[in-house]
This record gives sequence, structure tokens and C-alpha cells, in this order.
Amino acid sequence: MKVFTYQRAQSPAEAAAAAFRTPGARFIAGGTNLLDLMKLEIETPTHLIDVNGLALDKIEPLPDGGLRIGALVRNTDLAADMRVRRDYAVLSRALLAGASAQLRNKATTSGNLLQRTRCPYFYDTNLPCNKRVPGSGCSAIGGFSRQLAVVGVSDACIATHPSDMAVAMRVLDAKVETVRPDGSVRTIPIADFHRLPGNTPHIEHALEPGELITSVSLPKPIGGKHIYRKVRDRSSYAFALVSVAAIIQSDGNGRVALGGVAHKPWRVEAAEKKLPSGAKAVADQLLAGAKPTYENAFKISLVQRTLAAVLAEAKKG
Amino acid sequence: MDQFSDVKITRRNLLIAGAVSTTAMAVPSVAGAQSSMQTTPSQTPVTSKVSFHVNGEMKQLDLDTRTTLLDALRENLHMNGTKKGCDHGQCGACTVIVDGRRINSCLSLAVMHEGSNITTIEGLGSEEKLHPMQAAFVKHDGYQCGYCTPGQICSAVAVLEEIRQGIPSHVSADLNASPKVSAEEIRERMSGNICRCGAYSNILDAITEVAGRPT
Repeated sequence: MKVFTYQRAQSPAEAAAAAFRTPGARFIAGGTNLLDLMKLEIETPTHLIDVNGLALDKIEPLPDGGLRIGALVRNTDLAADMRVRRDYAVLSRALLAGASAQLRNKATTSGNLLQRTRCPYFYDTNLPCNKRVPGSGCSAIGGFSRQLAVVGVSDACIATHPSDMAVAMRVLDAKVETVRPDGSVRTIPIADFHRLPGNTPHIEHALEPGELITSVSLPKPIGGKHIYRKVRDRSSYAFALVSVAAIIQSDGNGRVALGGVAHKPWRVEAAEKKLPSGAKAVADQLLAGAKPTYENAFKISLVQRTLAAVLAEAKKG
Repeated sequence: MDQFSDVKITRRNLLIAGAVSTTAMAVPSVAGAQSSMQTTPSQTPVTSKVSFHVNGEMKQLDLDTRTTLLDALRENLHMNGTKKGCDHGQCGACTVIVDGRRINSCLSLAVMHEGSNITTIEGLGSEEKLHPMQAAFVKHDGYQCGYCTPGQICSAVAVLEEIRQGIPSHVSADLNASPKVSAEEIRERMSGNICRCGAYSNILDAITEVAGRPT
């Protein structure tokens, strides 16, 4: 691990300003992803700003009936919150399907959104990776790509976003709230938060230099049946090959988003109009333009079948 | 697999090859750990003071900021009960309980634990007076080599507390009900602790007994 200096942040705005003016600075919250990457020297911050002391660990009701989740709320606490379990069950389910209990006890809401891909070539510092070293090339294309993305890919990168939580946040139309180095605040819809790889796969989200996530807000509950179905190589403690987050209403309409298939949680609102027609129609439109590799082409049919299983579960009432 | 049909490889040779490749993988990581402690002029280590409680005892340390909680426990405080397995949060051997929650101590910086209350395997019981979970692991043969055992036991103690607190899991059928102790629940909740010897069924028996249900 490279040498770094360390400070404890005193306020969100001060943390953002410090991150902006200090070269090589990074925020650290749970640290479960960042420290792992620092040990491998994939991440090499020279200054860490510990944000754990900021009072961003509350889950509070909003006047419009929604819920504001502090950036530092641990994944365990978010999944176990009674309001989330009752009104946003897809979020609880997604969180509980991810990682291990030890990791969920440390991992935070904002850190979960910002976690980096588990593409094996991103981790292998002996090989080119456009995400790790911009312009060096992509070893995954033509390499072992079974786990990797099938849709929204580019010639520069076929990495996936590994989060389960973010897929549920996408289907819930969450909003990411931030503070910038100048102290101003803004709200970023989750749909615009994560980026597609394009020619700049190292730029993964919409945050500006120094910008700090302070909370994630959920709109008021929309009812319906909440389902998170994750297909993976082990039944626990494994990343998704394909996952489906769904909120299905009693009339068959609803929302769906996919995990494990793209550089961001994958949702195509227009495809949801086809939900009453069944899984194939929805999957065809969700994955229109997909460019799978030989090794991950199975994800195309796996999406359709997982979606069919979700719709069948929703019908059971 | 047809293209490999002319390759004759015995199970014994395969195991030897596997052992060699495992060693080859392990060596660079050891070398990496050493090189990370070496310094160049532009890489003067930065130290920071931190104090926390370990098993009820206040500890004050002045540490390289890079020191993980795991390394602080083992290398600075010489408490070797907590084990280093993968050092990447994948195996659970380093599990300790911090402020009532189990975490991977390898994925947490020691300097981030100012004021924390840390419980390690040494704090759960002693040779003279085993913690009930330790006694149950002995009784049910919940280990073979024993390397993952401190992490397994810290995790197991926390699992029962998490169920008691009503924290749901991936296999809890009803999110709005309190989770119950069951084999399925324990297996899911223990999935962050890997046992290379495969003592899982005995670990399950030990935890089930402590939870108060007959095996």
C-alpha cells in the first residue's frame, strides 16, 4: 500500500473543500472496497479524508412521504430498517443479497454506489485495463468475460457495476444528494448518476472533483410487489451473473431494472410498458442492441428467464 | 474438453500442480506486503495516534496510517488469535466484533477506530473458561486445522445476536417478521466465513446448539 496522510472530516462542506484542494485525496467511509484496492495499488490515494464522523448516518422521513437515507447508513442498518422492509422491500432484498454480513456491517450507502467493478482485468495490474490505466486497452474483450457486461458496452470496456443496492435504487427512482467544494448542494437522479463506459471507462459517475454524497432520497412508496432475484454461481456471497429488481402492481404493470449486465444499473422505462405481455417482450426491448461475448451470451436468455421467474412470483400474490 | 483428451494427468499430479500454483500465488503477495513497508524518500511513512479498547482494555498506539485493524491486533498488540487469511475480505478469518458488529478487520484501518470497543477471540473466553460457542465448537468438532476458527466463532456469536436483534437475511421468508434460528438462516449468515477443511456441518451443529435448539 502506498503512503498516505489521514484526516478526520469535520463537516460535509469542509470535507468536499479539502478533497478538492488536496491532490490525490479520496474520501473513506466503510473502506471495504477502497482499502482492498489500495492493498493491490489499483487505488493509490496520497491523502484519505475519513468521513465517518459526519452525522450522515440517519434514515429520516421526508415531508412528501419519502425517505432520506444518510450517506453513511450501513448496508445492514438500511436493509433492517422497518420502513425500508415495509415500503421499499426491493431495497432490503437487494442489500441482503449482496456481500457478507461482515461487509454489510461496514459498507455504506454512498460507498455502495461508488464501489468499483470486479472485472478480473481491472484487478490484474499485469494486464491492460482502460478503467485502471486510461488508454492502455481492454483485456476483457477477448478474455475471460463470463461475468461481464452484455449491454451498453463499448470497445474500451465491458465491465459491470457490481452493486445490488444500486439496481434497487434505480427501480425506486432514488435521488443522490451531494455537497460540492464551494458548499453548494445538488440532486442527481440515480438514472444519471452512473455512466456508460464509452471511451472514458475510468469516469464512472457524475460526481465532480471533491463532490461528496450526503444522502440518497427515495420518493414516497408506490406499493406493488417488490422482488429482487439474483442469479449467481453460489447461493450466497457472490456477485450477480444477472439480477432483476422489480416492482409489479396488481394490474401487471410495473418497473424492472437489471444488475450484472451493464456498466450501470440497467433500466429502460419504455420496455416496462410491455410487462403485461410477458418476460420475452420486456427482455427483448431491455437488451436491444446488446453485444455479448461468446462467454457471456448466456446472459441474454438468463435475463429473460429470470424476468419470467420474477413475473411468475409477482402473480402468486 | 475433447482437445485435452490426450493429456494424461493423475489426480495426484493435479494436486501437486495445484499446490505449486497456490504457492506461486502466495509468494508475490508476501513480497508485496514487504515492499509496501519499504520506503523511498518520497514515501516517508505517516504515523497517527489512535486509542481504542480491545477486550475491555484501553490501548494507545502510534501507527503507520496504512496499518489495518488486523495488523494492529497481531503485529502491534501481539494478539495473534485473530487470523490473517486472504487479507481481502473474502475469507472471514479476521472477523472481530467492533461496537457490537462483526467486521473484517483486514478491511478497516486501525486509525479509523478511535474510541472503538473491539472484541477478539481472546476476549470471548479463556482456556479455563470457554465461551459457550467455543465449547460447542470443541464438542461438535467444528474445525479441522483450526485456522478459520477464531473468525468463525466471532462470527457465530454475532449471528445469534443479529437474529436476536431482528436483522433479516437473504433467506428470511418474511421481511416484516422477526427472523428465526434455523439451519438455513445460520448457513446464509455464516457465508462470509470460509472453512477450507470443510467443517461446515459441524460448525452448524455447534451454532445450533448454542442457539438453544436441539441438533
